[in-house]
Amino acid sequence: MQGFKAAQSPTFDLTTSDMFCQSPFYLRNDEGNLHVTRYEDLGELEQAAAGELHQEGSIYSSTMMKPNIDPFLTNDLPFGVLRTSLGSGEMGSSATCVVDVGCEEQFLNQPGPAKVTGRFSTMVDAGQFMLNNCSISSRMVDVGNVGALGNGNFENWGDSCLADHSHSQQTDTSTDVDTDDKFQFFEERHEPLIVAESREEGKGKYGDQKALRRLAQNREAARKSRLRKKAYVQQLETSRIKLAQLEQELKRVRQQGSLVGHGLSRNQSQNANGNGALAFDMEYARWLEEHQRLINELRTAVNSHLCDNELRVHIDAVMGHYDEIFRLKLIGTKSDVFHMLSGMWKTPAERCFMWLGGFRSSDLLKILGNHVEPLTEPQLIGICSLQQSSQEAEDALTQGLEALQQSLSETLSSNCLGPTGSGNVADYMGQMATAMGQLAMLEIFVHQGDLLRQQTLHQLRRILTIRQAARALLAMSDYMSRLRALSSLWSARPKN
Amino acid sequence: MHYQTDSSSWNSYMSQKTNITNGTDPFQHIQEIASQNAVVIFSISSCCMCLSMTRLFCGMGVNPMVYDLDEDPIRGQEMELALMGVLGKSCSPSIVPVVFIGGKLVGGMDRVMASHINGSLVPLLKQAGALWL
Repeated sequence: MQGFKAAQSPTFDLTTSDMFCQSPFYLRNDEGNLHVTRYEDLGELEQAAAGELHQEGSIYSSTMMKPNIDPFLTNDLPFGVLRTSLGSGEMGSSATCVVDVGCEEQFLNQPGPAKVTGRFSTMVDAGQFMLNNCSISSRMVDVGNVGALGNGNFENWGDSCLADHSHSQQTDTSTDVDTDDKFQFFEERHEPLIVAESREEGKGKYGDQKALRRLAQNREAARKSRLRKKAYVQQLETSRIKLAQLEQELKRVRQQGSLVGHGLSRNQSQNANGNGALAFDMEYARWLEEHQRLINELRTAVNSHLCDNELRVHIDAVMGHYDEIFRLKLIGTKSDVFHMLSGMWKTPAERCFMWLGGFRSSDLLKILGNHVEPLTEPQLIGICSLQQSSQEAEDALTQGLEALQQSLSETLSSNCLGPTGSGNVADYMGQMATAMGQLAMLEIFVHQGDLLRQQTLHQLRRILTIRQAARALLAMSDYMSRLRALSSLWSARPKN
Repeated sequence: MHYQTDSSSWNSYMSQKTNITNGTDPFQHIQEIASQNAVVIFSISSCCMCLSMTRLFCGMGVNPMVYDLDEDPIRGQEMELALMGVLGKSCSPSIVPVVFIGGKLVGGMDRVMASHINGSLVPLLKQAGALWL
């Protein structure tokens, strides 16, 4: 922008008709709002303290100085053009109007109220703004042509406060009423320059300051809300991207899970564990459906009192299907032992009775109760010894598991943990290697638990007769279904 | 389960080996140790499954002899390898525990548990003199 040219002071006659621009000059501050208080500023220039008007003034000045103030460039303007841009810095902290020295001179030359000129001289004395051809105030005020610059001009500023400025006869306390016609009008026009609040309160300077503060606060609030909006929009954008990523990942994992379920792909990546768990869950769900179907067939067969041979077919189908789940569990244990141990593939009530990744084989016989009666003597002995041996095996495995947990915690709490928390890296790595080996042992234990369950089932089948075995299988299956139904009811219960 | 040889072939193998007097033969050594007690468990001191097996026998009222292969620095590894060769299964994470009852090879944890569930373990123990009930 051009530097401010000082002392462009064309001589001109300060006639009322020529003095002021014909077209209203609508100044906009850099935020696009019209600040009416510029006019007000002008009225209070001589009281303006250094800091108070600065903000307002700087906007004022910067807008004042924008090159688009073409109206001032017209020859119609008696005053020189404020075509240079005054940076707000140039304007400093003083009153922001540009006062033309020449204008002042002009004023001085005129017979008129010394006060008016005094005001301008005060502005000059404030000294930090450059003077240019004519005062903005004078430019702003259409002193010359009342008709041309009617109320509408001020109204165009959008401030209703000034709507009735022309009616205001309030004078600034610091200004004397100019008896001279020219300046009288000027004075009158100065009225609207006075802060509307001062008109209301009668204390011009304080009202002006308040208005300025209010405007400043408005600006701040507007700026803050813009920043907030920007931040919100950015947040929305990132959330959108994240959502798309999650959807993609979900789709990918589902695809991989179905692939693993069909035995087509197996990889060692991080997804393998997730896939193993997912694959097992899917297989288990499928297994459960098939199991229900076979059990229903068996039930129908039992209820229709078929012969033993036909029952045997159904029983063998169910038993073979049990072998299938143990095979699936072996695969699942190898791919994700913690998922099997967690029992998340079971319903909550089933999980409650879980032991080492499955049902307790010693509970199996308790479930049967008297469903398999009448039992012969050898059968009874066999059932009792089966109960006892499964219990012993369970206890042995439980103790081994506890020892494993103990040694794992001992490994992890060994001397690497010091008060400083730092240890030998080699020690740490060794510690982790040992712990990894111990975790690998966990897979063996879970597998042994499944083997125990499978053995118990088969032994039971061997002890019982066909019909007893059929009733036993039905009883076991009903028990499990009731547990699952209980889980559903529990999760659906109304919570207060 | 997946043993290449079962206890009978082990025993026939051992009977073929009686001519060998070399005391450092691992198989021989294993046999010697297994003969020292009715129930001998070859284990490794840090193995928790070996502990399970020991507790299983103790819970049945049997007093097994536990031989830790890692406590024999000279021949422990040889014996471990020999056992691996005999049992023929994958040794992850380890071949032990291996049980000999009455000097005869029974097998690992899964074999022991299966025989216990199907009721064949107790008669075997009684036969070996480990149980008197």
